[in-house]
Amino acid sequence: MTCRNATAIPCEDADKLTTRSVWLILSLMENRQKNLDRTFAALGDPTRRAILSNLARHASASVSELAEPFAIKLPAVMKHLGVLDEAGLITRSKSGRVVTVRLRPGPMRDAMAWLRRHELFWSARLDRLTAYAERKELEARGQKE
Amino acid sequence: MTSLTLVRRIKAPPDIVFEAVTTAEGIAHWWGPDAGPVLLAKSDPRVGGCYRLRFRMLPGTEHECSGEFLVIDPPRRVVMSWRWTGGVEDPGESQVEIILRAIGDGTELTFTHSRLHDESTRRSHEEGWAGSLGKLEAYLAGRAPT
Repeated sequence: MTCRNATAIPCEDADKLTTRSVWLILSLMENRQKNLDRTFAALGDPTRRAILSNLARHASASVSELAEPFAIKLPAVMKHLGVLDEAGLITRSKSGRVVTVRLRPGPMRDAMAWLRRHELFWSARLDRLTAYAERKELEARGQKE
Repeated sequence: MTSLTLVRRIKAPPDIVFEAVTTAEGIAHWWGPDAGPVLLAKSDPRVGGCYRLRFRMLPGTEHECSGEFLVIDPPRRVVMSWRWTGGVEDPGESQVEIILRAIGDGTELTFTHSRLHDESTRRSHEEGWAGSLGKLEAYLAGRAPT
């Protein structure tokens, strides 16, 4: 378990960063992080995903329209809408007794972009792993012959 | 918490892929950046053993990632912790799992990076890193059939 606390080799370039710029970077990321966590938590529920895909098909819908396909009671749907609203994935506007719900794609785009960055990062590495292993295999075969 | 899974089919048997995944020589070949030298690669592939990789990015920044082997089941499965060290500050730890399955002409590799959290977001915004991801993106975009 010693390596969990492996000492980090000081990075010369990192030392050049001023305390302020480090603080700025970290606070920016902290905020981003909270948003991403909220987005992924909100997307981690099948009912909420169904509500979102319903909203993606129609420009807007009332709460009762959104609740219709589900075998759950209206207060439960309201609760899901609350989570989606908190995550910034929908907006709700009230006109008289009707609450209209609309999709807000921004946070979902951010989440997709974040996942995409990881995918690109690892895809390139796995491509190189593939090339390396296949080269090794060819070498091994060459030696056998 | 989020995870990312990627699958590759490799024309080499699982034992060769397993070596490429776990040995210092293998890790140095694929784990580092696509440009810039690998300065150090160490690996002790047994449960509780560590690996470490230090490399220089083209803008001149040096980075290091390291972790511990949590599961080693040659040539089928390896689980390791993964973290960035030697940067702005020590960010969180995530987990990499690689599962190898023998198929007709080689190996099917399933790669899962799980418990992805702040470290990645943080890194992806860091100077240099963002740029290198941009380069990666351009590189892949140039190759991908669109």
